Parts: sequence; C-alpha cells; structure tokens
Amino acid sequence: MICIRRCRSGSGLSGRAGGVSGERPAAACGILAVAAIVSVLATGSARAEDTGAAIAANGAPAGVPACASCHGAQGEGNAAAGFPRLAGLSAPYIQAQLTAFASGRRDNPVMMPVAKMLNADQAGAVAAYYAHLPGPALPKAIPAATSPGAILALDGRWSDGIPACVACHGPDGIGVGTAFPPLAGQPAGYLKAQLEAWQQDKRPPGPLGLMGAVAKRLTPADVADVTHWFATLTGGAGK
Amino acid sequence: MRKLPLAGIVLLGLIVPGILAYAQSQPGSTGPSPSVPATTPAGEAFRPPPRDAIPSGPYGDMVRLGRAIFRDTGKYAPAFVGNELRCSNCHLDAGRLAGASPLWAAWVAFPAYRAKNKHVNTFAERLQGCFRFSMNGKAPSLGDKVLVALETYSAWLAHGAPVGADMPGRGYPGLPKSTSPPDYGRGQAVYQAKCAMCHGADGQGQSAGGTVVFPPLWGANSYNWGAGMHMVNAAAAFIKANMPLGLGGTLSDQDAWDVALFVDSQERPQDPRFAGSAAETRHRFHDSPWSMYGQTIAGHVLGSTSVPSGGSTRQAK
Repeated sequence: MICIRRCRSGSGLSGRAGGVSGERPAAACGILAVAAIVSVLATGSARAEDTGAAIAANGAPAGVPACASCHGAQGEGNAAAGFPRLAGLSAPYIQAQLTAFASGRRDNPVMMPVAKMLNADQAGAVAAYYAHLPGPALPKAIPAATSPGAILALDGRWSDGIPACVACHGPDGIGVGTAFPPLAGQPAGYLKAQLEAWQQDKRPPGPLGLMGAVAKRLTPADVADVTHWFATLTGGAGK
Repeated sequence: MRKLPLAGIVLLGLIVPGILAYAQSQPGSTGPSPSVPATTPAGEAFRPPPRDAIPSGPYGDMVRLGRAIFRDTGKYAPAFVGNELRCSNCHLDAGRLAGASPLWAAWVAFPAYRAKNKHVNTFAERLQGCFRFSMNGKAPSLGDKVLVALETYSAWLAHGAPVGADMPGRGYPGLPKSTSPPDYGRGQAVYQAKCAMCHGADGQGQSAGGTVVFPPLWGANSYNWGAGMHMVNAAAAFIKANMPLGLGGTLSDQDAWDVALFVDSQERPQDPRFAGSAAETRHRFHDSPWSMYGQTIAGHVLGSTSVPSGGSTRQAK
C-alpha cells in the first residue's frame, strides 16, 4: 500500500488501476512494486521457513534433535505421549516459549536443553516454519455443551473469577491473534500439564499474568474436565 | 441474604413444578474460590438461578432465546444490531455477574424515571435504548420477540430478587474520583500495556474463525456517542471492576480513569439524537464533564466527523 501511494503521488494516478489508458504506466508501477514487495517478503519468510523446516526434520548441529521426532512430521503433536501440536501456533508465541525454556522459567526437562542450544535465528526460523503450517481442523460437530468441561470452556465460572476459555482463546478454542494459542487440537495430557504448571509456578504466567491467575482458580476436577472437553472437540486428539 | 435464594426457589417452584431439581442442586454446588479479585462483590450479591435450571416448555424456550440473543446479539437479533458488539461484552457472564451491570438488578429497578429521556421508562424501553445506542442499531418495537425474550431472560435471572430494591452489585461499583484529572497520554500508555493485546493497538478488536472475540472499543463497529459507555465515569467504573477480563480490580483507580478517558476520546458512530452540529448536540445531550463528545482532542472536535449512527444492521448486510 505504501508503495502504491508513492507511485500515485509521483504520477497523479487516480487510484483505479487500468481504468483509463493514460493511467496504465502508473498502475503498472503500483502493481509491479507491490509484486516486488510481496516477493521479497515471501522470499525472506520462505528462507526462514526453509531453515525452520530443516531443523524440524533433521535437527541442527550442536546436538539439537529433530523437532519432528516428538512433535510429529507435520507438527501435529503426539497425543499418546502428551507432546503438543505446534502446527499453526503463532510465531511470537512459539518464540516466547523457546525463550522461556532456555531461561528455565518454563520448566520442562526435554525442552529446556533443546531451547538452550538454539540460537535466536534458529528459534525464529523454527517458529516461522510451524506458524506457517495449518492449524487444527475446526470441529465438525460440537459435543453436547452440558458437561462440566463444556460449561467451564463456554461460560466460565464467574463466582470463582473464571472467565470462559473461549472468551480469549476464540470459538471452540481455535486461538486468537498471536497471544492466545489454540486449545483445540492439543492433547488433553498436554493441556492438563500446562494448567498444573501454572498452578505450581513452573511456567511463566503469560502476558499480563492472565493464564497464571486463571489457572490458579481451577480445581483438579476443573482441570480434568476442561482439558478433556477441548481434546474431544477435535475428535479425541488426546487421551 | 440467605432468604433471598430460598424465596426464589419457592417462586420458581410455584410457577414451574419441574424446577424442583434445581432446588436440590443448589447447596454446595460451587467449588473453592481462590484468588478471586477483592473487588468482585460476588460473595454478597444476589445469586441468580443456575443455568441448568431453565425449565423446559415455552417459557423456558423464551428464556433460552433471550440468553442466546444476549450472548450473540448480532446472530440472534440481526435486524437491530449495527456494530460488532454483544450485550455480554459489558454485562459479563451473560448478565449474571455482580458489578458488571447484571440483568437481575436492572429488572427489579424498572419502571424508573431516567434523566436521559426525562420520563418513566419501562424495562422494555430501556432495552430499546441499548439497541439504539450501545448496539448502534435500531430499537425493536415494543412487543417484538427480541424484547420479549430479553425481558423473559432478565426476569428469570431475577427470580427471588426483591422488587424495587437497590441490589448490591447493580451497575458497576462506584469508583472514587481520581487524585489527578484523567489524562489522555497516560491513558494511551495504559491502553497499550494492558488492553491492546486483546482489543488491538487500533482499538478495533480481534476476530477468529469469523467470530468477533474481543470487541472493538471505538470506530464504526463500536458503541455510538449516545451509549452509556461513552461516559468516562461509566467506562472507568466498568474497567476498574472488570478489565482486563479475568483480572478485574487489578488496575489502579487512576489507571482506570486515564484509560477510560483515552478510549472515550476516540471517534465512534454519531449520536442518533444528532442535532445538526457537534456543538448543538453537546449542548443538548452531552452537558457533562464526563462526556468527551464535542470536546477538542489534538485539534479534532469529537463527534464532528463521526460516521452516521445505525451502522449497517446485520440483516441489511
């Protein structure tokens, strides 16, 4: 857009590309410039994604194992083992997690040493790669919304200060923007471990401390119910 | 306090015999309540009947429709909504939460005289005002099913509440005057630090999967200049008690005042009572230090370039 404006101001383009024959050169200028920008951006991010894809598939020197060995060939996670889905998570979110693992603020015996071995470029590349992969498939049929887990997810329990999960994580927990990751498609075991990590201060409380605060208001039964419900949404992605 | 829920149960039982199951499910149904923000007056407030106590049959169907409209207003009342808001954006927990303008407290307070239009308003007329101003749409006619459903839902939530009582938890908790006058620049900083993550740096909210998750706070898709929330004191009280969502009560009073001033100093759809100019409209309807309408911010007279009120209702799209 910026470039189009520059072209316009330089040539007096009225803004309707190709509408009048006299405007064609300027319109072409805009189109070409946009194409150039798009291609530069695409190349830049493609390079990062290629690097990320290589690390994901093969690992990196200095002993970084292939991400795919635990997180799946398509970043789909491993429900049985409770390894999270990475495909479709936002790049800033993934990077923030790698930083937290590397600093030890997010406590995980497997990921802490791996994250420490990744340099900033590699972490960024891996994040870009997984962010580019498709997110969880939208649930086709929503299970009955009357179970305790569904009520917590869809309505919350305000008498205990608990907002609905979907109020921030989006309809059916598909995630919103860069700060609120999808819950749909994550294994129940993974979600449960995260809520418990927040309750025990073993994971940074997240932006504004929101998730840490909310997690601490959940009972063990809440945690079991709500994580089960989200896992069921995507056809039993978890156990 | 103990008597109120019991009275509610008796009332419900008289109207709908099948509701007895609810009475049995009442005691001890809540879990522990660790870390609830201190300002949430839930402990002292009236408790509306639990969700699963909505009876079957035509009455319950109307309650359910009202709840659905309240939670997803654009979907269930598309002809009357001209923006991207839902009732439940400001009346949290679908109108149940004390300190977030709960419906049960409003229901027992009407009919009431309102200075805003200088006559006695029924509850239905009050709801019409919500659609005209907060939803930037158009008012359903009295007797329209949308109003009947919302009235029924409100009345159901208020079962057992004393008629005419000034219920604890009504509206938003009063906020003491700020020590220093609300400031736009400080408000902008609070906004970027605490609000932008959800509502966007540009205040336009965020969507996912075609659903608005975080509502726009200003601009063409938010409440118009006639809505109660455009008043800085109302917004400050709401924000202090309820925002950021899940962290109500954590902002300082000063931060709440400052950020409310910032949000309510942005352009939004015109006041439907527009009287030809921002100055005249301010004179007639906004003669309050808490209304920024018609005031000049950074050389711009607020209300002078507003998009017309009414938006484009969902049905028209």
